[in-house]
Amino acid sequence: MDVLIPILAAAVRSGTPVVYAVMGEILAERSGVMNLGLEGLMLLGAFAGFSATQSTGSPELGLAAAFAAGTLATFIHAFLCVTLGGNQTVSGLALAMFGGGMSAMLGRGHIGETIKGLMPFDFPLLCRIPLIGPVFFRHDVMVYISFLLVFFLHFFIFRTRPGMNLRAVGENPRAADAMGMSVSRARYLYTLVGGGLAGLAGGYLSVVYSQMWVEGMTAGRGWIAVALVIFGIWRPVRAMFGCYLFGGIDALQLRMQAAGTSIPAPILLMLPYLMTLGVLVFISIRSKSGILLGAPASLGTPFRREERE
Amino acid sequence: MSGWRLERRVSPSALWSASVTAVSILAALALGGLLMALMDVNPAKAYFEMLRGSLGSWYGFAETIVKAIPITLTGLACILAFKASIWNIGAEGQLIMGALAATAFVRYSRLESPFGILVCMFAASAAAGGLWGAVPGFLKGKWNVNEIIATLMGNYIAACLMDLLLYGAWKDPASMGFPMTAPFPPGARLWVFAGRLHAGLFIALVLAVMIHVTMRRTQWGFEVRVIGENRKAARYVGIGIMKNIVLVMFLSGAIAGLCGMSEVAGLHGRLSRGFSVGYGFTGVIVAWLAGLNALLLPFVAFLMGILLVGGDTLQVVMGLPLSSVQVVQGLILFCVLGGDIFRNYRLIRPRAPRHREAV
Repeated sequence: MDVLIPILAAAVRSGTPVVYAVMGEILAERSGVMNLGLEGLMLLGAFAGFSATQSTGSPELGLAAAFAAGTLATFIHAFLCVTLGGNQTVSGLALAMFGGGMSAMLGRGHIGETIKGLMPFDFPLLCRIPLIGPVFFRHDVMVYISFLLVFFLHFFIFRTRPGMNLRAVGENPRAADAMGMSVSRARYLYTLVGGGLAGLAGGYLSVVYSQMWVEGMTAGRGWIAVALVIFGIWRPVRAMFGCYLFGGIDALQLRMQAAGTSIPAPILLMLPYLMTLGVLVFISIRSKSGILLGAPASLGTPFRREERE
Repeated sequence: MSGWRLERRVSPSALWSASVTAVSILAALALGGLLMALMDVNPAKAYFEMLRGSLGSWYGFAETIVKAIPITLTGLACILAFKASIWNIGAEGQLIMGALAATAFVRYSRLESPFGILVCMFAASAAAGGLWGAVPGFLKGKWNVNEIIATLMGNYIAACLMDLLLYGAWKDPASMGFPMTAPFPPGARLWVFAGRLHAGLFIALVLAVMIHVTMRRTQWGFEVRVIGENRKAARYVGIGIMKNIVLVMFLSGAIAGLCGMSEVAGLHGRLSRGFSVGYGFTGVIVAWLAGLNALLLPFVAFLMGILLVGGDTLQVVMGLPLSSVQVVQGLILFCVLGGDIFRNYRLIRPRAPRHREAV
């Protein structure tokens, strides 16, 4: 048990940035807009968070800047995909490239510089619960907020009227339009919020998790997040477990590297990607007739009001 | 805005298409210039230096072609997959696997005849890249596993495999810790001419013609296009979807694998970490820019080569990081995508309200 608890706690910490990115992507995809640019958005957010924390000395402002950077960059994607009805795959890939390049360009003079970020604190009372306490309640405030976010989103999507509208827009935009909802307004809103959360995910990496700037520091977490949305069949709580599974593998391989095993580091580094591929195959085999259970029906298809199919 | 509406152009003319693409690229370069200006870099000078570095001398021109070779190959790999509406974003991993297979062959084979070595390197790299593509293809065909994620994970896994070998068994003891293999023996090099140009150029051009002809003139090419345009229709007329998806992904990966081989055996003469500077991703862009036209692709790849060589020049002359090239690539993709709407739609001006019939 004494060996397991630190690993589980590290899994939660390491999974948290992915939780933010995955929750953002669930919102965007539920509205029908696929955003493959997460990797770039996370990198932009990571640099914005690092830079703002460094210049203001406030990690809170840093995280706000990360959210803002993610939202701002996603505006390009939303404009191309919602207003112009462009190809969401291409736009997302472009966003990933643009964000990665931009963050590297802006951050080139700061590689390896450290900042003082958010510190962990024990959550009152809850941290004393055996097992649960040390694993879940001895982290920083962003981890606690991520728990709230996941349960809030579950409630929002499945139990509130705006959430129902969101699902309607993603499942059948034409019907939603006929009901008097504005499809493009909803898609803009949720795509932008989703992009902001991806930025925040990157901010968590630089401001809280590693407290420094490293070029390409997301190391594929953005793409892994896209896969985990599918694994979570577009449901926040289920996707959260996927994130902690990733976090667990990541924490485990880091620990094994630190402990100096005879397994070469590249093999350990490969594990999160193999796991992601594994869970993706697993969930795809389980879903029936090629159509994923819970995939929003209009995902990836632009909506043009004046055109009829 | 009320009253403005979009009307689909039934078949946009080639001239219109080309001019839209040209304007889009110019818009992207203008946006890139704006970003440079924000970073206190004179954009006019930067673009001038890029052109001078790439087209201003024979060396620069040859270097542009050297860069255009791998981009053409990865672009062809993408065209093949995209024609079938399969998003192979894994050319990067497939070319790494091709390079690994070629290197493995150079290290472990006992073949003497230079011709035999080249043929086997060819086959090994195509097979390795092809398998790296066929696996996501199989997963896609069999269980509809998202190929974008599967191929991307393949990129990361291939990069880890390369690190494993380059920091381990394959490391050149004389490289002073730098992750690269010992130089290939002369018998295991592709033909190199005019400085750094190499036989990869002919592989790329021949494949471009072959793919163009296959796609336009053969039954199989037709089947692949039907799968790409309308998978339901393809199933209805009895085209084997599963078989074709695996085959397309195998061939797509094989071309990328050849690209890896041509880079290590043609250009560098050894396998080193970072031998591919994101050519797999650049391939996606050029394939899209060329409108999935294999004959047009080498020219687009040449233009992209100007950007890459120019980027190298900027790094040296003006201290701009290489990542600025990635930014411009992203911008080009954004602008071309945005331009697409003008390619396929025309904006109708609001007319004076029509006289309504009396109720």
